[in-house]
Amino acid sequence: MNGRFKLKRDYYAGGLMLLLGVGAAVTGTGYKFGSLARMGPGFLPVMLGIVLAFLGILIAGTALASSEPDHKKFLPDNPQWFGWLCILNGPVLFIILGEYGGMIPAIFACVFVCALGDKTATYKSSAILAAGVTVFGVLLFHYLLSIPFPLLRGINL
Amino acid sequence: MISTAIADLWYGFGVALEPHNLMYCFLGVLVGNLVGVLPGMGPVATISILLPLTFGMQPVPAILMLSGVYYGAQYGGAICSILLNLPCHPPHAVTCLDGFPLTKQGKGGTALGITIIAAFIGASFGITEMIFLAPFLVSVALKFGPAEVCSLMLVGLLAGSTLAKGSPLKGIAMTVLGLLVGIVGSDIETGQPRFTFGITELFDGVEIIALALGMFGIAEFMNSINNTETVDMKYAKVGISDMFPSKADLKLAFWPMIRGTFIGSLCALIPGTGPTIASFVSYAAEKKISKTPERFGHGAIEGVACPEASTHSSVQGDFIPTMSLGIPGDTVMALLLGALIIHGIVPGPQLISQHADIFWGLIASFWIGNILLVVLNVPMIGIWVKLLSIPYRYLYPSAMFFVCIGVYAASNDMFQVGETLVIGVAGYVLLRLDFHPAPVLLGFVLGPRFEENFRRSLLISRGDLTTFVQRPISAFFLAICVLLIAAQIYVWLHKPKILVENKAIEAQVPTTPYSELAG
Repeated sequence: MNGRFKLKRDYYAGGLMLLLGVGAAVTGTGYKFGSLARMGPGFLPVMLGIVLAFLGILIAGTALASSEPDHKKFLPDNPQWFGWLCILNGPVLFIILGEYGGMIPAIFACVFVCALGDKTATYKSSAILAAGVTVFGVLLFHYLLSIPFPLLRGINL
Repeated sequence: MISTAIADLWYGFGVALEPHNLMYCFLGVLVGNLVGVLPGMGPVATISILLPLTFGMQPVPAILMLSGVYYGAQYGGAICSILLNLPCHPPHAVTCLDGFPLTKQGKGGTALGITIIAAFIGASFGITEMIFLAPFLVSVALKFGPAEVCSLMLVGLLAGSTLAKGSPLKGIAMTVLGLLVGIVGSDIETGQPRFTFGITELFDGVEIIALALGMFGIAEFMNSINNTETVDMKYAKVGISDMFPSKADLKLAFWPMIRGTFIGSLCALIPGTGPTIASFVSYAAEKKISKTPERFGHGAIEGVACPEASTHSSVQGDFIPTMSLGIPGDTVMALLLGALIIHGIVPGPQLISQHADIFWGLIASFWIGNILLVVLNVPMIGIWVKLLSIPYRYLYPSAMFFVCIGVYAASNDMFQVGETLVIGVAGYVLLRLDFHPAPVLLGFVLGPRFEENFRRSLLISRGDLTTFVQRPISAFFLAICVLLIAAQIYVWLHKPKILVENKAIEAQVPTTPYSELAG
């Protein structure tokens, strides 16, 4: 990479759209294409895929043509790997514990883990928040709205 | 025409004032006002979370409540801008410019008072516009065949993707992506599963709630975690007595409110230009015609009154194309359209005649809701100000729980929670690449109907593509599309002065740690 050619985010952006477009078009060819008068299920996916791929090329192309530098990076200046991990793991725990444990452990774990992602959070503050939200959540969703989600699986509360 | 409108409106008040409906309308505006105040929470995420909870309800109270969240949030959003200089809600970002200096001068209460008056005037005009314009649009739209519907949707999609913030090319790409996501599931005509990759849960398509909460919930939290400033509450002290503006202030703010209202109601009619654009345009216009433009940015009351009035009139006007034509102008409207479809109501011109209770009840509930909001905001301002100081570290974990349980409740299926998670990560990647998620939702909601009408119109014309140009109304819509694209190319090549000025105002607005998604 020399001084004149700098990687800009728009190349990734265009490349991603190109990839998605081609992917959609190729997958779409697996369905019956049909004719204009009698379109099959594959017609629109293929067309939209081609359009998206074309747009991807245009996005990357305009970035290539423009002389404006792009100072922003794909990753933010201070990537929050731990915070992201916590946010993403909250729903994962919600799924697992909800499936095998029930509503109470699912809510508690989800909020607790998500709360840990903040850099000022402690185990204690997260646990208090999680407990509070759990009580509120159970009251609202179980008793008031009565959604079908057992509080604790296996135990009839 | 006026007498029928009044009779219909009378009927609407009958619907909206039924105790049951009134309660949900109140609940909606209250929740909306609340999330409007909370920094980092937006109406899109809130409506998505509430949507599954309305499944067991009648459609009328459900729609009244969800709409209430949207306009209720606008009342709350201004508080954040004026008192904290935090533009948590894009439509109110421009209000920071003069609202916060007023707060520093100790006139924050006056600014809030003016905001509420401006909001009410703006909203009232927006609602009146809807009463008279929507039935008129319907009388035109009833003549539409599939070809016209198709072209009209194309206008909506193009306008929604090119007029919003950011690069128009990327906007269009996101619309196409949204259309593709809308294709996932079984084909309506042949039943052929498409883009399902053998996952049975996807045969019914992607859940709209999962899409909205992934893109506007999880992606948003990933963006703002550990990235928010501590809120400075130094100036945020307002009592009820401060909120009544003096005669001089009222006099100063009166005409700006009227002008803002007009600009907002015009913006509402152009698909794709929602309240955010309306507020910026009206601020720029007000500054331009002011005799003392140097006061702007240092606490001019006009700079609060005008954009606020225009935001509210645009918010109410936003409902016009959605309710009369079935073409949503922005994300919230796309979501409400999704809600209508989920409740088994076919959006489009037949909505007003077939579901008069929803349409006229909604309009009547707008009046009631706005009056409730005015009444709510004055005595409760102290509580709202206290809410502003809730730190983000308590907010987002609680919101994540609401996201999870909201998606789960939509179909009682944990698969949807996982789907939301995947969409959230994808949404964050797209966000970092400067793709805005709003057009995805627009494309997603309109996608299936677009495909259906596209197929049908070509079936009728026996595969002749010229049918779209031969039918005059359809040709007219296509001409608008061409015009939209031509205008974008012109702007890209010439960079006209007015846009540069708008950019300058945008640059003055303090940047928010919460991304632009919250609106």
